[in-house]
Amino acid sequence: MELQKATARTKRAWLGNGGHRLRSKVQNALWSLFRYGIISGICFVIIYPIIRKIAVAIMDKQDIYNPTIFLIPQNFTLDNIRTAMKVLNYFPTLGNTLVFVTITMLFTTLSCALAGYGFARFHFPGKNILFGLAILTILIPANTLMVPMYLHFRSFDFLGIIHLLTGKEGMNLINTYWPTTISALTANGLKAGLFIYIFRQFFRGLPKEIEESALIDGAGGFKTFFRIMLPNAVPPLITVLLFSFVWQYNDSFYTSLYMSEMNLMPTMVASIAANANTVIQSMLPGGYDPNVKIDPNYIAMIVDTGILLVIVPLLVLYLFVQRYFVESVERSGIVG
Amino acid sequence: MRRFQWTLTRRRALLGIAFISPWLLGFIFLFLIPLIQSVSFSFHKLTMIEGGYELTAVGWQNFKDALLVNPTFNRILTESVIDMIINVPLILFFSLFTATLLNQKFRGRTAARAIFFLPVILASSAITAAEASGLINLIGDANAINELGGAASSFNGDYIIMMLLDLGIPNVFVEYLMEAILRIYDIVSSSGVQIIIFLAALQSIPGSMYEVAKIEGATSYETFWKITFPMVSPLILTNVIYTIIDSFSNSTITRTIYTTAFQSLNFGLSAAMAWLYTLVIAIILIVIGVSVSRRVFYYD
Repeated sequence: MELQKATARTKRAWLGNGGHRLRSKVQNALWSLFRYGIISGICFVIIYPIIRKIAVAIMDKQDIYNPTIFLIPQNFTLDNIRTAMKVLNYFPTLGNTLVFVTITMLFTTLSCALAGYGFARFHFPGKNILFGLAILTILIPANTLMVPMYLHFRSFDFLGIIHLLTGKEGMNLINTYWPTTISALTANGLKAGLFIYIFRQFFRGLPKEIEESALIDGAGGFKTFFRIMLPNAVPPLITVLLFSFVWQYNDSFYTSLYMSEMNLMPTMVASIAANANTVIQSMLPGGYDPNVKIDPNYIAMIVDTGILLVIVPLLVLYLFVQRYFVESVERSGIVG
Repeated sequence: MRRFQWTLTRRRALLGIAFISPWLLGFIFLFLIPLIQSVSFSFHKLTMIEGGYELTAVGWQNFKDALLVNPTFNRILTESVIDMIINVPLILFFSLFTATLLNQKFRGRTAARAIFFLPVILASSAITAAEASGLINLIGDANAINELGGAASSFNGDYIIMMLLDLGIPNVFVEYLMEAILRIYDIVSSSGVQIIIFLAALQSIPGSMYEVAKIEGATSYETFWKITFPMVSPLILTNVIYTIIDSFSNSTITRTIYTTAFQSLNFGLSAAMAWLYTLVIAIILIVIGVSVSRRVFYYD
């Protein structure tokens, strides 16, 4: 009797336990199924526009009105890409843009690293207020400053020095690289406050002993910074380099404000539809004719191809650096 | 009088100022002075003359024009702000959810992460504008696109709306939900950075906490609300602020302010509009900052 009870108890316990294990197994499987569903769904939402653009780029004109075509065209051609390259003036524009963006990126990183280090490791009167002001620069919308900045760079005259020396009214720096370069050099460029914050957070987390030993070994402040602190700050450096590159490449606000007449990607993209129209008209068999109406769907096709061409450099870059993109943010100490 | 001495502290202070001096210069000449000028412009009428500009004082006229005379400014301002208020919670929720998903171990996680952060590098207002212009060519005018965009990006949601309403769910929630579904692309494409930040926060939570919770028999639901959520809560504030700032870059209000200045050449009015917008944003930031920071949990 006792034995039977005992076995029944064990049996129940065993079965119950097994049931529990089974249930949790099913739960896990369902959860991972659900997770895959959601993740692939969102991935599709993100990737679909790019896939569609690629499809459009290699699609022939005559396929536009074929309703049976979805993504994979029947007639392949590279004409769209060629036309779009012509519209964007692609390689010169890309070269200009890359030079401009790289210069800005390097200067921004350098000046923000200096400022971040200064805020992280030194005590001087008004430090906290100044850092608060640096954060404030992120929070003020760029629109508020745009008119004075524009006027400032239209007749650029630092403290009246140029007026003093030459008697002229100041230089017009609009449509040169200078406005952005100056902003970058003085850590006031695009989202620079954020970069200063990233550097400050990281440098605060480094042990003080490093600098002390450098000081004892006779290194001055700047030598310590360039020889010891900066090589140790790889994660925030990568983060800031990447983000300032990408944001500068994509920025259309400052580019259209300061450099609207220069051949840069953002300004070219902004006027791509109108340019496409003119270029296609000039490619007509009978020569340029502004009165011929171009099929708007064809123009839309060229615009899409053009956009693809603009984002291709970023995509290629991303293929190589995406690993650092995530890892460096995780280690750069934004999180505190 | 004692001679001034270069103590180590003083030298360090000077060195610190040397380090921040590029920023300080830029701050004064490219931020502070333009900021003050911008205030003054908003009370003046600005006319461009050769080699400079001329100011005529007009008092509060520019602000009156923006609020009472300009036919669209009020509407655009409210729309932009409402848009932001709808988007911010959605983006936050989505990015926290996604970060939790991407933090788990599963096959293909690296690829999934790579794709999820793709919008960070492709977010460009110029490209968005160009895409819209391509579509305008395709369809005819902007109004048609809105309708078409609504139709193309959504399946037919009517049945679901009916069903939810029949279930007795308040109208407001149903509308919000449908709005969220229709905005899915916007939400996904503007929450890349937020996902990165949350992901970093999730990885900084010590694993021992989860072990303890597991031993004590907490379910994963409880673990989320008792450990994960409080531990990432400081970053919620960061993300709210980031999302709001990010929404500046491509809102209609920004474009309106820009065109008022550089197409209508009404610089004073543009400055006044910009200040009104800044004021609204500042109020929102302060309200959110105060109310969120009280509830945030700081571990150390």
